[in-house]
Amino acid sequence: MSVIEAKGLNLTFQTNDGPVHALKDVNLTIEKGDFVSFIGPSGCGKTTFLRCVAGLEHPTGGTLSVNGMTPDEARKARAYGYVFQAAGLYPWRTIGRNIALPLEIMGYSKSEQAERVKRVLDLVELTGFEKKFPWQLSGGMQQRASIARALAFDADILLMDEPFGALDEIVRDRLNEEVLKLWNNTGKTIGFVTHSIPEAVYLSTKIVVMSPRPGRITDVIESTLPRERPLDIRDSAEFIAIAHRVRDGLRAGHMDE
Amino acid sequence: MNKLGPVITVILAIVAFWYVAAVPMNVQETLTAAERAGVAVTPDNARARSEAGRWSLVFQNLDALGGSWSVDRARLPSPHQVLTEIYNSTWDEEVNGRRGIVNSGSFSNRSLVYHSGVTLGATVLGFLIGAGFGILLAVGIVYSRTMDRSVMPWAIVSQTIPIVALAPMIIVVLYSIGIGGMMPKAVISAYLSFFPVVVGMVKGLRSPDHMQLDLLRTYNASKSQGFWKLRLPASMPYLFTSLKIGIAASLVGAIVGELPVQRGGLGARMLSGSYYGQTEQIWAALFVAAILAALMVAIIGWIEARTLKRMGMAV
Repeated sequence: MSVIEAKGLNLTFQTNDGPVHALKDVNLTIEKGDFVSFIGPSGCGKTTFLRCVAGLEHPTGGTLSVNGMTPDEARKARAYGYVFQAAGLYPWRTIGRNIALPLEIMGYSKSEQAERVKRVLDLVELTGFEKKFPWQLSGGMQQRASIARALAFDADILLMDEPFGALDEIVRDRLNEEVLKLWNNTGKTIGFVTHSIPEAVYLSTKIVVMSPRPGRITDVIESTLPRERPLDIRDSAEFIAIAHRVRDGLRAGHMDE
Repeated sequence: MNKLGPVITVILAIVAFWYVAAVPMNVQETLTAAERAGVAVTPDNARARSEAGRWSLVFQNLDALGGSWSVDRARLPSPHQVLTEIYNSTWDEEVNGRRGIVNSGSFSNRSLVYHSGVTLGATVLGFLIGAGFGILLAVGIVYSRTMDRSVMPWAIVSQTIPIVALAPMIIVVLYSIGIGGMMPKAVISAYLSFFPVVVGMVKGLRSPDHMQLDLLRTYNASKSQGFWKLRLPASMPYLFTSLKIGIAASLVGAIVGELPVQRGGLGARMLSGSYYGQTEQIWAALFVAAILAALMVAIIGWIEARTLKRMGMAV
């Protein structure tokens, strides 16, 4: 069953310097349980596409459906959790209360809030940090808390916009492993924006390679890697072959200019 | 307490400058008093002296200046004279005076304690009105495009009118419709204190960035949820900063409001001091006003520190 379906999607921003073609003729189908990475240089529209799926931007042409609804309807039905580039935790709320924020807004009962906060903290391995304030946590832990916040309610889609872009590589490797584990445990459909080739190949079942001006899809790679992925899978020939194909796709996008 | 050293140094420098400045400032009165006491001064008549420059008088009469710091009705009373006046019109008046609280059961209307109370009442009432009004306006400006465009220019214009010119009109108009007592002064205080609160609060309510607003959209949060859960808490540091400015402005407003009315208050003391040439009285009232302002700002600072600490945003 397809969860996200884009057909001939176009988005043009009107700016003072004239129109900017952020997305051009994007066709993409994402199945339930897929882990889809969007990779490409900045300005290729990968974040814009994710924001369109979230109903935060509105396409100027084509059709886009999320869970069989329009993106706005899906947003109102709280169909997805969104993780931004920065953790964006409220400094005046403890980690636990930050994670409870969407639950408060959606009207969950106090006891259910407490129970869910505990569960997702456990899921992102932050048990015991519930009463801490954000500034008392490292950047990686803050980003984990923001993932927990997106998981706290029952959205079966998780949209992540370069969530680990600002973190160092060691922390990033660990969080990549955790995200994979999380995906395995929850069966969610994940859309993941990145500009790291190893990250994209390591995480995804499907890699969408994009190129800029106008933002478009140049290649869609179905990963042949197994679902169980230890970190050292990145030294396997299969991994390197996929990474190679991604790199070729990125280069081809650049040659067009 | 590592601020203590620098603060004391600055205070000592100001006091030293003040004592030095008192000599040329009071030279006419000092020499007149000295002449009466039988000391030879040059020039030897008051008329000639009044035409001479201050500094030349100082240098011609270096050994007759001993009274510079104890002149009655000095142009510039020296610090210890002002402190004595403050003591006399607070502690001494209340404890030993016939009309003081010890002997009569109520504050003496000649004491600065009583007049501070009068000013403080109007200041606090005006501040509450002004701050409340300022916060409401800020919410309106942030949530309504029409208000954003229409209210802000007027708020700015309102602060360009000199309050000294406006205050008597406010008082006359309010008295003529039967509103007297503390209220007209409080209105002037509110007029001065709402503005910093509006500016600070608008800035604070707009301080959440795009990402935080987008996050709430992904939850499909309502406008009121956005206000209570994001904008309002985010504005707290800005609010407290502008409240501190607001309460100081409010005190100024109350004092200005007391000038034309002359029914008590520090402003009334300052004006009557200048009518009767009681410079010490003016300075004493001025000092007490400064102390009051400092205390009120400190109280807000204390509430700020406690609130932000509870919110986990201690700086």
